[in-house]
Amino acid sequence: MLEGIMIGLQTAFSIQNLLMVIGGCLIGTFIGMLPGLGPMSIIAIMIPVAISLGDPSAALILLAGVYYGAIFGGSTSSILLNAPGVAGTVATSFDGYPMARDGKAGKALTIAAIASFCGGSIGAILLMIFAPMLSSVALLFHSAEYFALMVVGLSAIAAFAGTGQVAKAIMMTLLGLIMATVGEGALFNMPRFTMGLMDLQSGFAFITLAMAMFALPEALYLVMDPSRSKTGQSGDIKDLRITKDEAKSIAPVVGRQSLQGFFIGVLPGAGATIASFLGYAVERNIAPEKEKEQFGKGSIKGLAAPETANNAACTGSFVPLLTLGIPGSGTTAILLGALIALNVTPGPRLMVDDPQIFWAVIISMYIGNLVLLILNLPLIPYIAKILAVPRNFLIPFILFFTLMGAYIGQNNATELLLLVGFGICATILRFADYPLAPLLIGFILGGMLEDNFSRSMQLYDGISFIWERPMTLGLLVIACLLVILPSYRARRARARAAGVADGD
Amino acid sequence: MALDRWIGLILLGIFAAYGYAAWFTMDGSLAPFMRRNPIWPSTFPKVLSVMGIIVGLIIVLGLEKSDKPREENPSVIVYRQLKEFKLGQAGLLLGLMVAYALLLRPAGFIIATVGFLVMGSVILGERRWITMIVVAGIATGVVWYLVQVVLGIFLRPLPAFMGV
Repeated sequence: MLEGIMIGLQTAFSIQNLLMVIGGCLIGTFIGMLPGLGPMSIIAIMIPVAISLGDPSAALILLAGVYYGAIFGGSTSSILLNAPGVAGTVATSFDGYPMARDGKAGKALTIAAIASFCGGSIGAILLMIFAPMLSSVALLFHSAEYFALMVVGLSAIAAFAGTGQVAKAIMMTLLGLIMATVGEGALFNMPRFTMGLMDLQSGFAFITLAMAMFALPEALYLVMDPSRSKTGQSGDIKDLRITKDEAKSIAPVVGRQSLQGFFIGVLPGAGATIASFLGYAVERNIAPEKEKEQFGKGSIKGLAAPETANNAACTGSFVPLLTLGIPGSGTTAILLGALIALNVTPGPRLMVDDPQIFWAVIISMYIGNLVLLILNLPLIPYIAKILAVPRNFLIPFILFFTLMGAYIGQNNATELLLLVGFGICATILRFADYPLAPLLIGFILGGMLEDNFSRSMQLYDGISFIWERPMTLGLLVIACLLVILPSYRARRARARAAGVADGD
Repeated sequence: MALDRWIGLILLGIFAAYGYAAWFTMDGSLAPFMRRNPIWPSTFPKVLSVMGIIVGLIIVLGLEKSDKPREENPSVIVYRQLKEFKLGQAGLLLGLMVAYALLLRPAGFIIATVGFLVMGSVILGERRWITMIVVAGIATGVVWYLVQVVLGIFLRPLPAFMGV
């Protein structure tokens, strides 16, 4: 492990990669601040740039920097404008915005930055401990277990979608999976579902789909509903310092939420949003009566809790990505797509085959957090000026960058038409409350899922691998439970509620 | 019927068509030696189509109930608000994107992009022509330089008939 860390340090501290982290964090903060643009859209837009770098470590470091920066930027707009760009920073605005309204914007930003820094750094330490452990276990897995594990991951993502949403999330996952079967697969050497179109021969491009699912609908929403794009002057941001007492009072919160957030982040489908809301709720419940009243009115604990938790969860979400090759969230799914495009297959072999990538990413997480604290925080008053850019200029640029992203990736104008078509479909799906992240995760995992499934079928000459391998069976049972339990519990709760009403 | 169930119906149709292709048409062209394999190119799609049709039916028939109506959830955009939305602008911008896709090669990157950025702002109600053209021009130049020179990806700057 020590050797790995040294390799990672060497790679991460090269001039090029340091510039990548710094650049990524700055770009991420800059764009993440714009209301309506979340980390997924920004990473999707940055992927063509990262891929054209050619070096997988540099690309992943850049994208991880963008990811961190975007989350930090999202917190900034939550605090300054009460306009969270991402679901993960909604809880930040509960206490961050009241603080800003009281003229303590500078302090709120500092607390957010320190909390993010601690959450991210502690998360990175935990990642260093747990990822190699999980990797060594995962090396024992065969394709049958991989297949089952991916099914568990996909089911967990659907199960976490919330009550009344499970069927829709599964539907979207399946839609992603069938889109992945379009084109010529590696295993069979024959085109499938191309409808005779040459353009579909190589399947749908992942970048186009990522843009169409996230960046384009966000931009269209900004157009259709002007109240969503709250831009304007953010006022003066001064007095970035916090007192010793304040630091002392948030320290235990940061400690607890780093751990809690990290482990929630490791679960597929849970991610930063659940971690931040849960962190906020837990801290409010365990706070003394007097402080509890402050929550929602500008409590520093209420600001530190979700900020720590969402950053720790972001780091945690790298665990399944790096060790199993299974993304647990939309953002890590996009990162996985980028890695595959760079000929790197994340999974347990990554640590053995490409230790420099594995460790460089982890080390650059520290550097990224440090850059955010040292570089971005003092620059925030200037970066916040972007909030004053009128939307009439902003929106055409966002649309242009999504177009460019899809075009650069494929160098093909047909791709742009596909982008617009998918973008319209995605917007309609969002109107009808269908979650889009499962679609992209399904699309990215589809190829691997089918490969592992086919390999197991071939090895066992049929589907007997399901019951002949106990671990596979166990995992598939877990997957079924994950999907069925939420609806079953909701149904039982309803039945009980109905019973009570009758009795009364 | 609510919009999400209508969409469920459309998705059900997609899965039915996909399933038809997987179950009935795909295997026809399969080479005889491949038929002895335990796995065919259509195996995985067959599984997916069955699952898709089952889940689609669950959505269309409304078997899974939500705890609270969508209207109570403030983070969700209720499609009944649609009338208040600026659908016209969104439609025009989408049309503009299609036009950009079609014109990018024939008109060249510079003309297409400056046109796109200026027209996009105009659609959104901007009328400061000089600012728009200057901003669009500078941005186009910078992006072209970055893509062509820094990233090394060919982007034809001028219209095709000008030969570059």
